Amino acid sequence: MSEPSIERGLQALRAEIDAPVAAFFSSCVHCGLCAQACPFYLETGDPKYTPVLKLEPLRRVWEREFTLWGRIKAGLGLSPKVTDALLAEWEELLYDSCTMCGRCSLVCPVGNDLQYMIRKAREGMVASGHAPEGLIGAAVRAVQTGSPMGLQWKTLEVQIRHVESSTGLTVPVDVPDVEYLVLLSSMEIINFPEYLEAIARIFDHAGVGWTLSTDCFEATNAGVQIGSKDIAATLVQRIVDAAVKLRVKNVISPECGHAYTAVRWEGPNLIGRPYPFHVYHIIEVLDALRAAGRLRTEGKETDRLSLHDPCNLARKSGVIQEQRNLMDLVAENFVDLEEHGRYQWCCGAGGGVSSNERADALRRAAFKRKKAQIEAVEPERMVTMCATCRTQLEEGLEEFNMDIPVVGLTEMLAEHLVEK
Amino acid sequence: MAASKTLGERLRERGVSRRGFLKYCAATASLMALPPSMAPAIAAALERARRPSVIWLSFQECTGCTESLTRSFSPTIEDLILDVVSLDYHHTLQAASGEAAERAREEAMRAHWGEYLLVVDGSLPGPRANPGYSTIAGISNLQMLEEALAGAAAVIAIGTCAAFGGLPQARPNPTGAVSVSDIVTDKPVINVPGCPPVPMVITGVLAQYLVFGQLPELDEYRRPRAFYGQAIHDRCYRRPFYDKGLFAETFDDEGARAGWCLYRLGCKGPSTYNACATMRWNGGTSWPVEAGAPCLGCSEASFWDAGGFYRALSVPAEIDGARILAAGAVGAVVGGAAVALTRRRVRAGEQAREPVTVDELEQRQ
Amino acid sequence: MSDPMAFLLWVKGPMFNWALAIFALGTLARLLEIFLLGRRPNYAEPRGGEWGPGLRTVLTRSVADPGTFQRAPFDVLVGWIWHVGFLIALLLFIPHIELIQALIGLGWPGLPNPVVDAATAVTLVALVATLIHRLRHPVKRHLSTAEDYLIWTVTFLPLITGYLAYHRLIGPYPLALGLHILAAEIFLIVLPFTKLTHIFTAFIARWYNGAIFGRKGVQS
Repeated sequence: MSEPSIERGLQALRAEIDAPVAAFFSSCVHCGLCAQACPFYLETGDPKYTPVLKLEPLRRVWEREFTLWGRIKAGLGLSPKVTDALLAEWEELLYDSCTMCGRCSLVCPVGNDLQYMIRKAREGMVASGHAPEGLIGAAVRAVQTGSPMGLQWKTLEVQIRHVESSTGLTVPVDVPDVEYLVLLSSMEIINFPEYLEAIARIFDHAGVGWTLSTDCFEATNAGVQIGSKDIAATLVQRIVDAAVKLRVKNVISPECGHAYTAVRWEGPNLIGRPYPFHVYHIIEVLDALRAAGRLRTEGKETDRLSLHDPCNLARKSGVIQEQRNLMDLVAENFVDLEEHGRYQWCCGAGGGVSSNERADALRRAAFKRKKAQIEAVEPERMVTMCATCRTQLEEGLEEFNMDIPVVGLTEMLAEHLVEK
Repeated sequence: MAASKTLGERLRERGVSRRGFLKYCAATASLMALPPSMAPAIAAALERARRPSVIWLSFQECTGCTESLTRSFSPTIEDLILDVVSLDYHHTLQAASGEAAERAREEAMRAHWGEYLLVVDGSLPGPRANPGYSTIAGISNLQMLEEALAGAAAVIAIGTCAAFGGLPQARPNPTGAVSVSDIVTDKPVINVPGCPPVPMVITGVLAQYLVFGQLPELDEYRRPRAFYGQAIHDRCYRRPFYDKGLFAETFDDEGARAGWCLYRLGCKGPSTYNACATMRWNGGTSWPVEAGAPCLGCSEASFWDAGGFYRALSVPAEIDGARILAAGAVGAVVGGAAVALTRRRVRAGEQAREPVTVDELEQRQ
Repeated sequence: MSDPMAFLLWVKGPMFNWALAIFALGTLARLLEIFLLGRRPNYAEPRGGEWGPGLRTVLTRSVADPGTFQRAPFDVLVGWIWHVGFLIALLLFIPHIELIQALIGLGWPGLPNPVVDAATAVTLVALVATLIHRLRHPVKRHLSTAEDYLIWTVTFLPLITGYLAYHRLIGPYPLALGLHILAAEIFLIVLPFTKLTHIFTAFIARWYNGAIFGRKGVQS
């Protein structure tokens, strides 16, 4: 067994450089507009959090090794090296102060997809041993126990029993050949057990065939967050194996942002082949059921509701209209935040930041951007569809003594189902 | 002695009216950018001026400059000015020839040593060139210039050849031609370029010398600012068309007939400093641009080598398309090869790569 | 005596060809360095296309989203002003069009000179403003390297020398014109080896951005 080292880090960075990365670095003119899209810069005012600057290690590898001119400059000693010290210094910038929310990618005037490159840069950080402890812990637990929080099937089983007794429904487990394999996130299981109950009720209502798998219930991917395609692939493979074993047609990613992008977009590339099934976010499934007329609801929420789009779901996956369709179904006083959908602001907790205790102060600072957005609209409750966002919103609003409860959209929907 | 008569006396002897003379002086004043109120002072100064001795050397030239000066449409003050200067040597115009002519030059030099004006038209083979390319009475141009220079008060280089080397100096310059100011370093030189120069500019410079007894204010090319201070383009009557973007595209299109700007037909007016646009030619009758021909830029250095006469000013002299394409091809090959090498290295690294495991991560912790 | 003219003929002749050759070599090398790297195959089931959204982003990214405009109005406005002004001066000044026509055989109508002149003056002021902004804004100051100031200079020089030559504010004219052409040649030579390549690569970058997002069903 070898050790993480600067050489392995550089090797990992090299392997990540492709045509888009080269086009992006060739184009950056240091206009600094990405900073204006970054909650970490805007709320701290510290220019070191300018997104493109967080990519300096990757940029140096590109310049020194992937451009002729850079090689000449490197030969003349004009192009600085990527050292272990540099990577150590950049650890905070690449992990603590970036949720990979991708807002800068949408704003950059020359079209640089910075988030795409942050994800790549983290590969080098992991391989060189510069990943934050919190994320390493989560990754180790995920690989060893199946859950980044160390949650066992036993715990989930207790939840299942609880749901079954409160709803009188059976929660299907390891049922083969059904339409949907439902995945969960540990955070949901622990913080928001009502999600599983809501799923059970909605799918029963709509007559959807579904199952959980004892082989793999966890959708989150600590490997994607820490930035290791090896670990990420291991975790994705478990999902694929479970889905293949049960011969399901579709896999449903839970109310968790990064889990969805990990399974939906990165997964097939991590394992190097297309899936034999489709992947949907629960919100996509629910909206499809709504469109098919399989969701019959009664009554509407009357209080003023607003919506937080999880970055991974909206900006990074294009699920934007679906949640609004569902809101319209069950809320009569829904108002969007001013910048929403693909231009929404990150809650400040995603991309592994919430698993990284060292980043707590930055995470709370970044939340202030979301808080300002919420204050401008003055909702009575916030609705979202990502457990991490939801936890961050709840904690953040509480910290600022704002009495605005946060609810999950799936649960809210479940409450309005017409009783059979 | 004839030389002791003043210019005023001579002009009157020749029947030039007081009114005509003052008119000329007013024109001279305006050319020299002086207020019209200066005209009487100029007249007075000119009338008092003594007849200066002028020695005119013609080297590698075409006689166009002399033609310009002498072939006026009708007898003008300019001719008279020229007549009244004591043109002691001008081998085109003088009656004497051969050794007699050369003796006249030597005598004039002796008689007016230190005072005569030396006028040169034509370039001359330079010090490193074969002097045999241009000789007069067996004397090389360079030697004659150096001898005449010794006693000259100032040198006036008439025409682009004398001023800048002109046609003889154009690539490949077989005779090693140089301009007067390439040779003259210790005497004042006034350049009066043009191929040929506007006649009145020649006499104007002489008049200015006679009036003020000193050389006119010169620009960076030692040209009198009074005549060469503005670009043709800035005084061109077609300038409004340039500013509006209205151009003749060919010599016989609508635009050409409508008198639009000739920039696209190669007019060098923007980079040419001369008085054609204001003084015009042939007694003020017309000038090239007015006749529909683009300015060739004849009063500028190297105008023969400055690209085609009918190519727009901003177009490079020669575009080496083959070299540019070749360079592009080299770039493509170099870039491609560099990427191929990098990719191979990355792939090799990929194959040798060990996956990151959680055990490694834990170990590091 | 004829030095400024010799200088002008040099920059219009051999130097011009050298500058174009270096530009062609460098630019093609850079573009190949990008394209040949390629992309790994993407096995994820697409939600949207790549080409359409990519091309749309190439265009739409020129306009800032309202939020960015509110947060950085100076960058957006002044950035637009000087880019447009620079393009007007470069592409719509008659002598430049003549040059381009001689080079590639394509021509188009120009703008009246007073318009180009005004655009150049505005661009010069805007460029100076961007420099001051770069020196004062915390993010820009922090980000800026020697290269950023180099490319600012290399961009500013053709404009200022062109403006001075047009107005005949420095002499002799062949020197003024020669300096302008030389400044443009320096721009061409420096372009492929600095972030001035964004003139070309920004459109490639935008396309990739639009394609990456478009594949996921988001118009970026």
